[in-house]
Amino acid sequence: MPTEFKLPELGENIESGDLVRLMIKPGASITAGQPVMELETDKAVIEVPSSIGGVVREIKVKEGQKVKVGEVIFTLEGGVVVETEPARRHEPVEHISGQQAARLAFQLAMRAEGKTEEQALPPDKPQTATPAFSMPVQLGKVAGTDRDPIPAAPHVRRLAREIGVNIRSVPGSGPGGRISEDDVKLCAKNALIAAAAAAQTPRGSFVEPELPDFAKWGKTERVSMRGVRRKTAEHLRQAWNTIPHVTQQDRADITELEHLRARFAPRAEEAGGKMTVTAIALKVCASALKVFPQFNASIDMGKEEIIYKQYINIGVAVDTDRGLLVPVIRDVDKKNIVELAAEMTQLSKKARERKLTVDEMEGGTFTITNLGGIGGTGFSPIVNHPEVAILGLSRSRMEPEWVSDESKFEPRLILPLSLSYDHRLIDGADAARFLRWIAEAFEQPFLLSVQG
Amino acid sequence: MANPSNLRVAVIGGGPGGYAAAFLAADLGMKVTLIDPEANPGGVCLYRGCIPSKALLHVAKLLEEAEQAKNWGVEFGEPKVDLNKLRGWKESVVKKLTGGLGQLSKQHSVQLVQGKAAFVNSTTLKVTKTAAGGEENLTFDRIIIATGSRPTVVPSLKLDSPLLMDSTGALDLPDIPKTLLVIGGGYIGLELGSVYATLGSKVTCVEMMPGLLPGADRDLVLPLHKRLEKLFSAILLNTTVKSLKDEKTGIRVTLDGPAVKEKEQVFDRVLMSMGRRPNSEIPGLDQTKVKVNQKGFIEINEQRQTADPTIYAIGDVAGEPMLAHKAMHEGRTAVEAIAGHKVAFEPNAIPAVVFTDPEIAWAGLTETQAKEQGREITVAKFPWAASGRAITLDRPEGLTKLLIDPKTERVLGVGIVGAGAGELIAEGVLAIEMCVLAADVGLTIHPHPTLSETMMESAEVFYGQATDIYRPKR
Repeated sequence: MPTEFKLPELGENIESGDLVRLMIKPGASITAGQPVMELETDKAVIEVPSSIGGVVREIKVKEGQKVKVGEVIFTLEGGVVVETEPARRHEPVEHISGQQAARLAFQLAMRAEGKTEEQALPPDKPQTATPAFSMPVQLGKVAGTDRDPIPAAPHVRRLAREIGVNIRSVPGSGPGGRISEDDVKLCAKNALIAAAAAAQTPRGSFVEPELPDFAKWGKTERVSMRGVRRKTAEHLRQAWNTIPHVTQQDRADITELEHLRARFAPRAEEAGGKMTVTAIALKVCASALKVFPQFNASIDMGKEEIIYKQYINIGVAVDTDRGLLVPVIRDVDKKNIVELAAEMTQLSKKARERKLTVDEMEGGTFTITNLGGIGGTGFSPIVNHPEVAILGLSRSRMEPEWVSDESKFEPRLILPLSLSYDHRLIDGADAARFLRWIAEAFEQPFLLSVQG
Repeated sequence: MANPSNLRVAVIGGGPGGYAAAFLAADLGMKVTLIDPEANPGGVCLYRGCIPSKALLHVAKLLEEAEQAKNWGVEFGEPKVDLNKLRGWKESVVKKLTGGLGQLSKQHSVQLVQGKAAFVNSTTLKVTKTAAGGEENLTFDRIIIATGSRPTVVPSLKLDSPLLMDSTGALDLPDIPKTLLVIGGGYIGLELGSVYATLGSKVTCVEMMPGLLPGADRDLVLPLHKRLEKLFSAILLNTTVKSLKDEKTGIRVTLDGPAVKEKEQVFDRVLMSMGRRPNSEIPGLDQTKVKVNQKGFIEINEQRQTADPTIYAIGDVAGEPMLAHKAMHEGRTAVEAIAGHKVAFEPNAIPAVVFTDPEIAWAGLTETQAKEQGREITVAKFPWAASGRAITLDRPEGLTKLLIDPKTERVLGVGIVGAGAGELIAEGVLAIEMCVLAADVGLTIHPHPTLSETMMESAEVFYGQATDIYRPKR
């Protein structure tokens, strides 16, 4: 009987991906751990290694196809098969999967304790948001045997299994990362809330109108909306539906800044980066966010709470041949412009080479999108939900500026700024002040060191 | 999910894994049939392994202590060994325990069938009743394979002679040979070699690898090696046995190794202890979807389920380590999985114990593994020369060590050599399973004066604050 290689679990919440590239052919000899395909999921491209070795007999999938976890990818010739992890090979027969089952099991487990779901759950911990998506960075390592022992007592491990929580994805709150019963329950609760939210938002509030038959008017071609495109479409629709948007426009005189930029550009180059307007904007925004914390926040309508973040991670929209990607630079306020320029250059390169991990696109608190390289005088960016504001930069131009002291026009370099914000949280006056602060920081870089 | 009380479950093999599975299955309401060639459950462990060897090792320890007592001013005179009586006592121990298991089977309403099982298909077994006679095809909903393992026989060293023994033969205690060759310096060879040496045999032990007990950390093996060098007449490392020849009154052995003085030697008896093989050659297994790997182990998943959904496999036949306590835990896991509970076999530590004198025990990560994985650990050692209890026992050669993750300060592994290490390791296993930090061990009051304090003091060594030894933190 030929041995089958099925798409393994790739991480929390990943159920499928688009097959971008196959790296094997029938008849090829492969070893366990060897990468066999590239899969595009939630904005990241992952190399998937084989867990088995042998000679490939038949490939059951095609490039461009959507592949689900558990789906057979290829089969091996019968005979010698080297298993890296025999114990995980067969799925349990009476396999229960999905949120439904987990929820049911959780409720049953709680009922057994004589509690309702709400009573059983621990009090909310504001600092613990939905558990961070944990993506095995190197899938090959997962298949190995050298994984650390799970930092949880046996009965806690058992509880997690019973209520359908992957214990390895639970952040431990105890000393040494020890996972408590409460940690597991909180993780389950967050997963249920996330699942409920996901189930409500798109279907409940929005129905796509039916399309006319375009073929009546001429030839058409249908192309599947895969990977980044589909994800972008879903995400932006959800952001647009959730957030009442307003866009505030302003202009910054960057004539002085441009001189400084030219002067310090070699330093950034030495550090492996490019001293771009975006790199400077990162620093400016980080300082502004410190002064205006409501722009570095999220809204939890369910609990009627505002979540202020005590870290400043700024996403930068990068245009790639696959579509829009937003890598996130962490702790921007703790880095200088040269460091930011270097990191920005590196992340853009990764984005274009499809090497960004999901991890590198998460955790943003604010976003910058710069279309100045292409042109334009202003636009209305869409807020990257659950953030509450986004700054758009357009092309800077020489413009005549009225100098009232000297009663004449002077040529100045002007950068157009467009700030979209979530009007639920941010009032128009605050937005105007915030954007003015940013404009002034661009105009007088010294302000950054004084106020930022 | 089927109601477990309607399930008919067969367990093939009545060793610790098999009877643990059978009893739990019965407790969960399943109808259980336990098939084993013996009249009562017990398996190799009780009939021909752990239990009888421990009975004999207890006697060996007594003999050694009586000898050592001369140093303390107490003399008993030369011991007289009545081999028949000793054998009888050992057999009474086995009988008591296996008889007890027979009783327990009745109390649990587990149906015992003395016989052998062959697969007809995934749910049907052909049972040949060796005691009652006759054959019968029985159908079950689930079948648990717990057929265990047997001593490895190396084909080139096959010899049809009663003087060539495996562990089973050696435990029968046929006589006390003047000279005994033990082939294989693993735990079985060293335990049984120790028994024969204290009873008066001149024991030579050969091991192919450069050290005794391959796989165990060297610092744990060293005190044992030193003691065995005195107890045995020779320990030959890096040495292989080229041939065995029956010479009626003894076996002529050709040895090849750097420390071998005489290439050919004649021994009164030879004990072959070169490991164990899984008993996966079950008749009719090819009528099922069960898969057996190249090493002969049945392939299983986390629930101990084989590639055939109705069939589970546990214990020695399902993979290393071949230890009774691992089998028992697996048996219970398999039964719970059958009952529909969401369980998996996922221990953080499976303890290993070598019942020599001194004993060696470890659990969790070993230094050898840490080195192989290239992972950073801090090893906190407490030598027993600083333990009051060890000094009162005149056994200061022991060592307790904790392997600690320097970042989280979690206890990842425990290693102990010394008298009673097998009992002491249980605390280490609990520490690893419960994700205990070194501070927790250090801050737990341990009774004084006991050897268990060495666990606490090792943890204190980690912080550079041990009471009974000066080890400043580096």
